[in-house]
Amino acid sequence: MIKVWNLPGGIHPAENKAQSMQAPLGSISLPSEMVHPLGQHIGAPAEPTVAVGDKVLAGQLIASAKGFISANIHASTSGVVSAIEERPIVHPSGMDAPCIIITPDGLDQSIVFERSADYLALERDALLEKIRNAGITGMGGAGFPTSVKLNPRDAINTLIINGTECEPYITADDMLMQTRADDVVKGIELLAHLLGNPERVVIGIEDNKPDAIKAMQTAAQGSSVEVTSFPTKYPSGGEKQLIYILTGKEVPSGQLPGSIGIVLQNVGTTVAALEAVRDGKPLFERITTVVGEALGSQRNILVKLGTPIRHVLEQHAFDERKASRLIAGGPMMGFALESSDAPIVKSSNCILAPSQQELSDPPPAQACIRCGMCAEACPASLLPQQMYWYTLAEDYDKLDAHNLRDCIECGACSFVCPSNIPLVQYFRAGKGAMRQIAVEKEKSDRSRQRFEFRQERIVKAEAEKEAKRAARKLAAEAAKKKLAAAKAAGESKETPTASADPVATAMANAKAKTLSPAEQQAKLERALSSASSRVEKARASVATSEGDKQQRFEANLKQAELKQQEAQQKLDELKAAPVNSAPAVVDENDPVAAAIARAKAKMDMDPREKLASNIESLNKRLAKSEDKLAQAKSDGGNTVEALQTGLDKLKEKIATAEKELGELPAATARIPAAPAELDAASAAIERAKAKAAASASMSPEEKLKDQLTSMTGRIDKAQSKLAKAKSEGSDTADAMQLGVDKMLAKREKLRGELAAINPAALSELDATASAATKETAPLEQSVASVVEQNPEPVMEKGAAPVAPKDAATLAIEKAKAKAAASASMSPEEKLRDQLASMEKRLDKAQQRLEKATAEGDANVDAFRSAAEKLEGKLAATRSELEALS
Amino acid sequence: MFELLIQNPFLGALVALAGLALIFGAILGYAAVQFKVEGDPIVDQLDNLLPQTQCGQCSFPGCRPYAEAIANGDAINKCPPGGQGTINAIADLLDVEAPTLDEEHGEETEVKTVAYIREDECIGCTKCIQACPMDAILGAAKQMHTVIADECTGCDLCVEPCPVDCIDMLPVESTLGDWKWDKPPASHDAITLKLIATDASTLAGKDSEQNGEAA
Repeated sequence: MIKVWNLPGGIHPAENKAQSMQAPLGSISLPSEMVHPLGQHIGAPAEPTVAVGDKVLAGQLIASAKGFISANIHASTSGVVSAIEERPIVHPSGMDAPCIIITPDGLDQSIVFERSADYLALERDALLEKIRNAGITGMGGAGFPTSVKLNPRDAINTLIINGTECEPYITADDMLMQTRADDVVKGIELLAHLLGNPERVVIGIEDNKPDAIKAMQTAAQGSSVEVTSFPTKYPSGGEKQLIYILTGKEVPSGQLPGSIGIVLQNVGTTVAALEAVRDGKPLFERITTVVGEALGSQRNILVKLGTPIRHVLEQHAFDERKASRLIAGGPMMGFALESSDAPIVKSSNCILAPSQQELSDPPPAQACIRCGMCAEACPASLLPQQMYWYTLAEDYDKLDAHNLRDCIECGACSFVCPSNIPLVQYFRAGKGAMRQIAVEKEKSDRSRQRFEFRQERIVKAEAEKEAKRAARKLAAEAAKKKLAAAKAAGESKETPTASADPVATAMANAKAKTLSPAEQQAKLERALSSASSRVEKARASVATSEGDKQQRFEANLKQAELKQQEAQQKLDELKAAPVNSAPAVVDENDPVAAAIARAKAKMDMDPREKLASNIESLNKRLAKSEDKLAQAKSDGGNTVEALQTGLDKLKEKIATAEKELGELPAATARIPAAPAELDAASAAIERAKAKAAASASMSPEEKLKDQLTSMTGRIDKAQSKLAKAKSEGSDTADAMQLGVDKMLAKREKLRGELAAINPAALSELDATASAATKETAPLEQSVASVVEQNPEPVMEKGAAPVAPKDAATLAIEKAKAKAAASASMSPEEKLRDQLASMEKRLDKAQQRLEKATAEGDANVDAFRSAAEKLEGKLAATRSELEALS
Repeated sequence: MFELLIQNPFLGALVALAGLALIFGAILGYAAVQFKVEGDPIVDQLDNLLPQTQCGQCSFPGCRPYAEAIANGDAINKCPPGGQGTINAIADLLDVEAPTLDEEHGEETEVKTVAYIREDECIGCTKCIQACPMDAILGAAKQMHTVIADECTGCDLCVEPCPVDCIDMLPVESTLGDWKWDKPPASHDAITLKLIATDASTLAGKDSEQNGEAA
């Protein structure tokens, strides 16, 4: 007697196997169409090799395996491929899947099968290829491709053939073993051969099939096949359960039987493999149990794959009203079919059509009472009650810890549950969810990877861009440096000549400066002309266009006009500019001269012009603020009042400015005098030229003396200003003090230099110092007025070939020459004239200052300094006048 | 030396303690250097729990930034794609009360979606390609674009930038491959159950326990 082990748990449902074993194995007529799902096995769906309209024969390949784990599909009768489309299949989801539809021609012709009598002599690979080509899959239920299972990586020491058929109602394997016991044994021998003749080859049959056991024992005589029977218990037929019963070994969780050297095959698969190898017959028909009280006849039939279940039922006098439901598979592990249009497939071992009495609807579930019966019944030694709670709570970590994965979904727990809780249903859902979570986890990991890679790539791209930018910057700097170096080199080449002839350099500089405005002017003129032409064009297009286009053109025109105006304005400014820029050209470098130039520039601007421009800008501001006010009013903003007061102030300012302008005509009186002055000026210039020529030969002593004189004058002025600032507590006092100190230091230096040259000259100079400053101040002014009237001579002077070496000296010489010229005219009158106008200006300035102080204007300081300057000048002019008269 | 320690138990104890302190200090110091944990491990754990759609609905630019924000004390209920499951998982990890999803950041949808470009309307502007955090859109300037559905997380970010609105978010259809059993309805409505295995009442044969002995 062979030892068998007792399976933990398990149940003993009513077997109900007798009904279908009363009649012999039958067959049914051809249906009107055959439906072959492309995916009726585990793994990738097969790929059709036929097209719609093709004529096929039974056994002909219609879809070939795609990938390693996949299986071929063959036509089960002769006919025409009528469609390849989605049809309902045998699946708990009730979903449709792609199927090849064949319309049988009724002839049921088949291809010529390639028989091989001495198949055991064939190469192992050839045999496996035959099995694979025949499209054989596990026929017990799962549908795993047999050729893959027969080609394990591990060494196999035990081959187990599953003839258990533990599920109630199903008798297909029983019938097969009874009718074709010899083929079963031959098939077992074939499989053993393929697996390298394992030490043990055993077929396990439950003891509720005595006929099958007897038949097998008879057939197996003289072979190495053990025929073992063991007590009936559900679910002995489970792969892992049968292995345990027959060997006492447990397959580790999550592993295949191959890992412990065992291969397990169903008897149906065994016979199919034999047929494939010996007869060359692919898998296109199988034995299926058709059972249930809703049927007129219950039996096993040899049915062609692809036969719609509806046809099978019709052939067995199916009474739909009697049936509670239609089940594919057995009552424990099968599932209800939504549609009887689904076809018989390779793994269809049973069609169950029970009546209401036979399989009534499940009673309502009640609360779990923690009785523990499920745990006792579980053949996998799991804890169904715990898993039930965790499934309810969707605690998948806990479910994993309780090895839900090892649940074989046998339904034993549901069967024993006194509360009728559909436990196995929960576990199926839980397993599905865990599988889905695993899939999602994998996807999210891939997503993370992709996202991180993308981020990395973006950062890298940014860095590259940054690097390029930096490189460009460096290159630009290098180019700049190079340019500067080149310039320096060019200058250093020039410097010797420049130092040799500073006059020439000065001339060149002056020329360059005077030239550039001309260039600018040209440019502006060009811009103006182009703007004008654009305006013309725009006008033309406005005239020709219509509708909203016209509006656009008008907008363009406005823009063009604005541009034109701008250009015109710039040009005007530039034309006026030489007046201002020219004097600036004359002298730089020397601080004394610079100061004089500044003073000139200030005086250059006619007060009238100043006022006019003031009024203009004020008007502009007025217009703007009026706009703003209007807008604010329309918006109802709270800024209206503030804007109104601002506007009022502006208006007031404009009024005063205009008044001032009106009072100014006195200033214009100077203009008629200008021509006379012009003559004088040119004369003065002539003289200055002569003087300049002379000054070239002037001794350094004289030069120093001149400088010292002017410095003393400036210091005096600065000191008086400083005193005033101090007395007023102005915050500019500090800065002034600093300036005065600097000037004193400079004077000391000059004095030192002079003393080194000629000590006597110093004292002489001190005596004349104050007189000299008094002289120079008004002279500056007169020079300025001449320059203002006629810039040309000044420019000429700046560019004069006889330009003196020292710009300061030039300025003083110039002033002296001018003074001499004006003296030769009518010095007294002139001075008086100046004095009068100055007094007027001073009055006005003081008025303005008072107003500004009263209003708290920000320009108070500027006004004050202007007034002070005027006062100083007035005093100087007065003293001069006194000296003259 | 040893004699001295024997004779002065106090000194002995002191030396022993000091010695122990040195030894353990050295071990701890070595461990601190050798087994130093790089980064914040909690961020990695949080990041693992997040759905990695990178959709930005949490107002952070991606799942990892949100994981970092959570580690720094941000609310854990800002992830609509993850839904209550993710919130529960994070709450579990951080040992805090699990709040419900903050509706401000979007609603949890049962149906997963993927972007689909109506290809004949695509003008090839590449805006969606730049928006896709997954690099799941293929295409080039002025060429038709298409979505790699397997890589699409359904984050919606490509829909808004499309100037011709040719991107649809289509629900992912369940296939046989990813089909799974549903949980039985809570009410246990017997009629809708397609349940076979529980038919104990009629299969009846709850025979007395017959444990198969060795046959």
